[in-house]
Amino acid sequence: MALNELTIHAARTGLQAKQFSSTELVKACLARIKQTESKINALITVCEPSALREAKKADQNGYQPSVASRQPLAGIPLVIKDIFSTKGIKTTAGAKLLANYVPVYDATVVTRLKHAGAIILAKANLDAWAHGSSGENSEFGPTKNPWDLSRVPGGSSSGSAASVAADQCLAAMGTDTGGSVRLPASFCGVVGLKPTYGRVSRYGAIALASSLDSMGHLTKDVTDAALILQITAGPDGRDATMPDQPVPDYQKNLSPPLKNLTIGSLLPAKMAPPLKKIYQQALTVLAKQGAKMISVKLPHLDFAIAAYYLIMSSEVSANLARFDGTRFGADRQKFGAEAKRRIMLGTYALSAGYYDAYYRQALKVRTLIAQDFAQTFTKVDLIATPVSPELPFKLGEKTADPLKMYLSDLLTVPANLAGLPALSIPSGYVKQLPVGIQFLGPLFSEAKILQTAYHYEQQAPWQKKRPRL
Amino acid sequence: MTPAKISSSQVKHIAKLADLKLTSTEAKRLQKQLAAILAYADRLQAVNTAKVMPTSQVTGLENVTRPDQQGACLTAGQALANAAKKKNHYFVIPPISEQWH
Repeated sequence: MALNELTIHAARTGLQAKQFSSTELVKACLARIKQTESKINALITVCEPSALREAKKADQNGYQPSVASRQPLAGIPLVIKDIFSTKGIKTTAGAKLLANYVPVYDATVVTRLKHAGAIILAKANLDAWAHGSSGENSEFGPTKNPWDLSRVPGGSSSGSAASVAADQCLAAMGTDTGGSVRLPASFCGVVGLKPTYGRVSRYGAIALASSLDSMGHLTKDVTDAALILQITAGPDGRDATMPDQPVPDYQKNLSPPLKNLTIGSLLPAKMAPPLKKIYQQALTVLAKQGAKMISVKLPHLDFAIAAYYLIMSSEVSANLARFDGTRFGADRQKFGAEAKRRIMLGTYALSAGYYDAYYRQALKVRTLIAQDFAQTFTKVDLIATPVSPELPFKLGEKTADPLKMYLSDLLTVPANLAGLPALSIPSGYVKQLPVGIQFLGPLFSEAKILQTAYHYEQQAPWQKKRPRL
Repeated sequence: MTPAKISSSQVKHIAKLADLKLTSTEAKRLQKQLAAILAYADRLQAVNTAKVMPTSQVTGLENVTRPDQQGACLTAGQALANAAKKKNHYFVIPPISEQWH
């Protein structure tokens, strides 16, 4: 196995056993980037000299237990979605308006990864401002799905997912406001975690919708998802929306057997038969491990997309108001079509005469959706649902119809409206295209979600399949 | 469901509020797209929310403050590092009122 194909935990073992160096690991990733990048366009900035410099430093420090306990990611190359501020490294948010923006500080997620010893390998492509479900709204060219270059990788963390799937890196950071980690994870066949709203600091991530944004990651397996959350979770004193919840030991909690677990299955009304079959097979795997399965419904699910797009756009119109070309970035004329559309929709929903009918009504429906979940979680521990009712679609298939594109997020936005944690994990393939299953839990139930996903993965290791590129 | 109506003058008004200068092609396209999206959003009107409180955030936190103490902050040079125009440690901005030209 090439070094760039390793998981974080496997690479860590190898570094500690002196089987290879971080320099070799970084060089393997850089070589893979050179080999695949022209095909998939997953990255906006590759940090070759600094990554090699950091790798050399990590190798000099060594990987003995005293270092490993302090720096669990020592010498590990990661890709960061280009919406996280990185000090001294261009941060574009996928938008031409920020083409030359170089932050003077690091986002908390980046600070914590660096403290843990991680090496920033590259900044990943994304839908501009994270506005999109396919990656096609990037103003630096769309990312292609490594499984089929004529199809989208899912968005908005399009480059992060494609980069992990193509083994350009060991793992990547993403953000999820309405499904932007989970949909690309599902479309690219990797594991994607969206933590509880307020579990991971939003400080330094360019805001999409502030009441919905969640800082997540895309990894090659569940163990790595737990490992990264261990580092990023917990208040930093710089994000006022973080409840003072203790951070459990996610990694230790993975392997204990599942006990008394009840899973509620939520099936969308429309779903292609091959995808439905894969979903049901996944439920069978969990049932065989002793999970009790019942079927659940969210009475207000049909209203989730409408509420989400009004609330999200309203928050977009406020957040993007700061881009006036004074402190950073170009002027507002440089906004692309999707950003303009969302700013306009949000401004409309918040304007006099429409505020009550649109924005406030959407906030009330948000309450009902959160209540639907709360009610459901009195009966079940977790909810299982497909990530998407369809396979990765063709590039260009939905670009002409924004509403059709918005509906791609049907099964992912409810978790954001209610602030819930959710994880997408590969559950099979249809015509060589990956299909993901999603687990959702109550607020701050990441440990249970990761444990369940870990046991699923042990029995159904679909995550090991890789695209031929 | 009656399709939501959004007039071209409303599009102009919203663009002004949002500080966006739209070309006439953009304005026409947005008028059509916003109408379609709003028509879809109109399904929310069917939900009875008479006794429902709005949710603007889900954390349950209220009035989060921190001690009023000075901490590390950016230098003037750092704060101005990405400015399009600057002069003597200040951002240069366009005149706010025509009469100040």
